[in-house]
Amino acid sequence: MDNRVPAVSMRGITKTFGPVVANHDVSIDIQRGEILSLLGENGSGKTTLMNMLSGIYFPDSGQIMVDGNEVSIRSPKDALDLGIGMIHQHFKLVDVMTATENIVLGLKEDKYDLKAASKRVKEICDRYGFDMNPDQKIYDMTVSQKQTVEIVKVLYRKADILILDEPTAVLTPQETEKLFDVLRNMRKDNKAVVIITHKLNEVLEISDRVDILRAGEFIGSLKTSETGVQEMTDMMVGHAVELNIDRPEPKNVEPRLEISGLTVRSEEGILKLDNVSFTANSGEILGIAGISNSGQKELLEAIAGLQPVESGDIFYLSEDGQKTSLIGKDPLDIQRLGVSLSFVPEDRLGMGLVGNMDLTDNMMLRSFRKGRGLFVDRGKPKGVATDVVNKLEVVTPNLATPVRRLSGGNVQKVLVGREIALAPSVLLTAYAVRGLDINSSYAIYDLMNQQKEKGVAVIYVGEDLDVLLELADRILILCGGKVSGIVDGRKTDKYEVGLMMTSLGGGEAR
Amino acid sequence: MNEKKRGPLAHIVKRPVISKQQAYAVRALSIVLAIIVCAIVTFLLTGDDPISVFKTIWEGSFGSERRFWVLMQNISILLIISLAMGPAFRMRFWNIGGEGQVMIGVLATASCMIMLGDKLPAPILIIVEIGAAIVAGAIWAAIPAFFKSNWNTNETLFTLMMNYVATQLVAYFIIIWESPRGSGKIGIINQKTMAGWLPQIGQYKYLLTVIVAIVLTVVLYIYMNYSKHGYELAVVGESERTARYIGIKVGRVFIRTMLLSGAICGLAGALMVAGTDHTMTTTLAGGRGFTAVMVAWMAQFNPVGMIFTSFLLAFLQKGAGEVATQFGLNQSFSDILSSIIIFFLIGCEFFIQYRIVFRKEAK
Repeated sequence: MDNRVPAVSMRGITKTFGPVVANHDVSIDIQRGEILSLLGENGSGKTTLMNMLSGIYFPDSGQIMVDGNEVSIRSPKDALDLGIGMIHQHFKLVDVMTATENIVLGLKEDKYDLKAASKRVKEICDRYGFDMNPDQKIYDMTVSQKQTVEIVKVLYRKADILILDEPTAVLTPQETEKLFDVLRNMRKDNKAVVIITHKLNEVLEISDRVDILRAGEFIGSLKTSETGVQEMTDMMVGHAVELNIDRPEPKNVEPRLEISGLTVRSEEGILKLDNVSFTANSGEILGIAGISNSGQKELLEAIAGLQPVESGDIFYLSEDGQKTSLIGKDPLDIQRLGVSLSFVPEDRLGMGLVGNMDLTDNMMLRSFRKGRGLFVDRGKPKGVATDVVNKLEVVTPNLATPVRRLSGGNVQKVLVGREIALAPSVLLTAYAVRGLDINSSYAIYDLMNQQKEKGVAVIYVGEDLDVLLELADRILILCGGKVSGIVDGRKTDKYEVGLMMTSLGGGEAR
Repeated sequence: MNEKKRGPLAHIVKRPVISKQQAYAVRALSIVLAIIVCAIVTFLLTGDDPISVFKTIWEGSFGSERRFWVLMQNISILLIISLAMGPAFRMRFWNIGGEGQVMIGVLATASCMIMLGDKLPAPILIIVEIGAAIVAGAIWAAIPAFFKSNWNTNETLFTLMMNYVATQLVAYFIIIWESPRGSGKIGIINQKTMAGWLPQIGQYKYLLTVIVAIVLTVVLYIYMNYSKHGYELAVVGESERTARYIGIKVGRVFIRTMLLSGAICGLAGALMVAGTDHTMTTTLAGGRGFTAVMVAWMAQFNPVGMIFTSFLLAFLQKGAGEVATQFGLNQSFSDILSSIIIFFLIGCEFFIQYRIVFRKEAK
């Protein structure tokens, strides 16, 4: 079918980590002048495969050919020498340096000439349509600008095979558009581009071809013009999946949590939340949107009693109309007030659970103080653990397994299961489906809806706008620690929310 | 495929899971290897027959009934100090101040015996001196914990420095109380009246210490595994953020646990002064505050495991000393032998966490 010599072909690549097979006998081709999507669920081995191309890992077996010649890539430097550059999900930049300084960092050029470098950076930017100031310091940049620096850094090193690991995960819809324009320019320039992703609409929008991985194995290669979301999902998951999220009408809506003028500073004195006011209602899912680090974490932690508050008020309104202030109370105080507040934090194993403890011990984190006496009672937590495992279908060898050995989806089920077992009246969740496979994600959405129907006030901080728009009854948009707006989840669209994420009130209401 | 295209010769891989049996097998193997290396070193450096050296090591500990009891006492003191380290380490509070906490207990006991020896009836004196030692050790340990919980100071450095302060305090009081004058030593305290001496159980004065060690092992095992406090400090150790998330007051747990650690160390000091040695020297703790760190780590902070690890280390130290005297070698040689063994014991922990994978030939 295709007679071109591929820029890269990987043949029979296998990589294992201990007993975990990350890639098994995977063969893919990457062509010049083409954008290839590498699609797969979390844990399907996409990033591992590309890490072998960029010299982070070395394959256990298999061959890598660049332009038809067999090569051995043992370090990122080897990869760059072959023209392969990868932009990782987590940026590796020095904050106090400028874009140009970061770009030339580590290069062994004959002369250290920042001006010349800066000029070349500018050329690259103009050529592909990057919007970047070469002399700006990294700490002054938005996430999207930092990503641009990473991409230019790779281009500056003359890479013509670019790999981007989930590049849109941190971007707003508008920024994503811009990135895609740049990628299209690169394609025009006959570069080979690979994007690792699990977002199907993006695959369709940007790429020419899509290679699908599942559980470390190569499943198939499709032309994006000839496929659709459903086919790709089915290949990715391995069986047909229902892709709709329910959104039952809210019932018995009454104010449960009233937040007014909430202002929070970080330990370094940086303003994280600025005069935030809103109400969370029972029987409703309040979605919270915003680019990362816009104060989402601080907001939830302030409500949960983990974050000192500078000013403002947080009131809990109980069903019989009593109003209690939660300001200045720690989680234990809140629990003792009889306020049943559950919190599923972003950092599951670092905050919500203890990785090295088993399921039973994790279940009693919240309840171990119950009962008098010096000793803990592991009987009841064991019962709760059994219930959670059965109801949420947690895959675990037994209750005595340390939770860190469970997969991401199962860890999250344990955490959410425990928090729901507290019969909360307010449920706070931060990025509840981050890193989860499709089935687990939908299981979590279902749980959120069940809680909503039970009359719980659910606050759902999310990053995937498509999901927020389908799941949440109302969406509060944070922008730089301020409330940019609260919109009806049934009436808004992605672009309205996206605009409000980057400018207060969406730019017009200033 | 030519040479250039090969991967690295060997690389280090983290082991995913290792069963307890495997871990113990690795440790046992490391001891065997250590003994073999010791034998080779002995033979090469001294020309002595390694077998007879090992025999001497054995006899150093089990050669006579008295030696056996001395060993038991050594193990017990080391075990008690290690038990004290356990809870602090379980909560990742790097207390390396066991030495100082023991010494301050030593000082408290000795001062009670000297100052109150002729003023209080014997049973009350014993209660007072033990109480004083426990309180002194607890306070000594709680000071770094207090500073850490309030100002986030580094506990490792702080507890380490407290060791020197305690040792210097002991040195100072030795000069004040020295007897006979000018000897620079205290000598046996209350030699005639035996006031404040702990009662002797059976033929040897060592049994009491052994009993205390056994009781403490059981108590700490239960404390760490079944009590609410034990659960709290385990959570704090695993993740302070999780602890805060469930409303544990981390600073308070630090102080509370260090009070316990210090109290046990203080008690160890009292047992040494009032129970067996009946004198006070600056070297009474003899580095056991540090050896205990190793004992506790090797046992993974499990009190029952510490019985074995403290036995191992005390036994080796005794044996190595015996080798030096019997073969006319100097003390350094025994240090070399114990160092080799400790090197292997600690080194094997690396192989429990990681394994080395050699390149397989390409098919």
